[in-house]
Amino acid sequence: MKGEDLVRFALGGLRGHPLRAGLSLLGVAIGVASVIVLTSLGQGARDYVTGEFASLGTNLLIVLPGKTTTTGMLPAIGGTTHDLTLADAEAIRRGVRAVRYVAPIGIGTAPVRYGSRSRDATVFGTTWEMEPVRRFHVAFGRYLPSGEAERAQSVCVLGARIRTELFGAANPVGEVLRVGDERFRVIGVMAPRGQGLGFNFDEVVHVPIARNMKMFNRRSIFRMLVEVSSRDEMEAVKESIVRLVKERHEGEEDITVLTQDALLSTFGKILDVLTAALSGIAAISLSVAGILIMNVMLVSVSERTREIGLLKAVGAGSGQVLSVFLAEAALLSTAGGVAGLAVGIGAARLVSAASPGFTASAPPWAVAAALVVSAGVGLAFGALPARRAARLDPVAALARR
Amino acid sequence: MIELERLSRTYVVGDRPVHALRDVTLALPGGDYASVMGPSGSGKSTLLNVLGCLDRPDSGSYRLDGREVARLSEAERTLLRRHRIGFVFQTFHLVPRLTALGNVELPMVFAGVERGERDARARKALDAVGLTPRAEHRPEQLSGGERQRVALARAVVMGPSILLADEPTGNLDTASGGEIVRLLESMNAGGLTLVVVTHDPAIGGRARHRVRLVDGAVAEEAGP
Repeated sequence: MKGEDLVRFALGGLRGHPLRAGLSLLGVAIGVASVIVLTSLGQGARDYVTGEFASLGTNLLIVLPGKTTTTGMLPAIGGTTHDLTLADAEAIRRGVRAVRYVAPIGIGTAPVRYGSRSRDATVFGTTWEMEPVRRFHVAFGRYLPSGEAERAQSVCVLGARIRTELFGAANPVGEVLRVGDERFRVIGVMAPRGQGLGFNFDEVVHVPIARNMKMFNRRSIFRMLVEVSSRDEMEAVKESIVRLVKERHEGEEDITVLTQDALLSTFGKILDVLTAALSGIAAISLSVAGILIMNVMLVSVSERTREIGLLKAVGAGSGQVLSVFLAEAALLSTAGGVAGLAVGIGAARLVSAASPGFTASAPPWAVAAALVVSAGVGLAFGALPARRAARLDPVAALARR
Repeated sequence: MIELERLSRTYVVGDRPVHALRDVTLALPGGDYASVMGPSGSGKSTLLNVLGCLDRPDSGSYRLDGREVARLSEAERTLLRRHRIGFVFQTFHLVPRLTALGNVELPMVFAGVERGERDARARKALDAVGLTPRAEHRPEQLSGGERQRVALARAVVMGPSILLADEPTGNLDTASGGEIVRLLESMNAGGLTLVVVTHDPAIGGRARHRVRLVDGAVAEEAGP
């Protein structure tokens, strides 16, 4: 029997009961579509997080005051905590090899006022180095001036949204506005950047870090970002920073240094588990679809008993009868798989279109697996009915009423 | 040439053995025209199924052209059915979703005959039974006599040497029954060994070789 004839004969058999065939095809399609949609969402979430970290800048170390990783307790309870100061930042810049930039951060919230317009804004204290570290883009004017971090100049750079809310379309560079009770001259406006890891840089006023600390009466910086010149140096730099700061803090190891990779891999693991769990649930629906196919095929074999007897009488071998029914089951499930794939990919596209910044796309392995698995489901669950057909005694089958 | 020697076949129905065939010894020369008659349950159909390699005897010998076939494997018996034996049934046994042409092609599909050749041979076989104009009709669109003629074309399309007919006119009116008998006899005249199982003495009596079975055993034999 030729392959082409086998497929044609199997298709003919399926056409004999279109509703039943269609329903079990639908079952497979739903299973495959859900696997595709869920893996697409998982992949999309992963791409999103990776993208966010990439926008944070590369080869970054994040230095936080307080030790949290080893004791697991609040740092204040662990012993005396020294302030992480601008002098520490300066020492790291000068004393640690392979450090390219050190950008300290101080954070506070204050009302910002220009003329009659006013709103609350995050006052983001930092240095000129934040611009290259975070890949900031200045729309016009300039970013914070370079020079000593300790210099507390009264200048500021506005986030895109702050600027439109306070100045509308007018050019604010050179204007003076009030942040809290103090007067700042606007030297630049940032290009819009949007949400990034839950922090909206468009609603921020950038000021020199020393000015920020004075304003909010802080002695310790919030944290600092350290950009390392090459990826290979990350571990060495991390250790050097910890050692240097420990020396400066009277032998107390009271800072935490995080690497981007550590954060990323933590997110990665969470997403892996989520994706696996969701796909597992979707896979259950595929096996239910398999049982549906088995049921349909069993009904079909019992309805077509006389036909099977006839096929044997005209010279069809048991193997050929087996092939015919296996082919029917495989065609049914593969067609369902293809339909499910189309629906799943379509749904992923819809999700992507509906949520800007988030792209859900089915990973190629999921597409391949969906097709292989759906064909496999047909073969596996079609095996029992097909064997039953192949083993029918032709005399009894022909005599069936 | 068909030679049966002390052939027996026993079924178990419930917990009682039923002797469908008892020590049947028969010889049918090539090109024979044989009828098998007898009351219901006398083993006529079992004999036909054994002759057609659909059923296996429990004991005894069945030689087809000198070759012992009673103990052949399933695969070898499949090949015999495919190439050497044609069946015609009382209830036609056409596949309802296939056209007349498709039904006639069926044995060739499983034999792996090329599509073009298949089509040509099936049309020729349909032509031989006078059904060319009905080739594209499905069984449900055909009369009983036409259905049996499709079945007849299907039985001979592989060029078998034996044609086995189980009550071929049982579901037909006299006129179309007569037409089927005429076609069967013309095929026999072409050299095909023909075995007809029937209740109808008018049909059974036409055969050169007449066998009467009672309780699974040969009660009477006349000719050839």
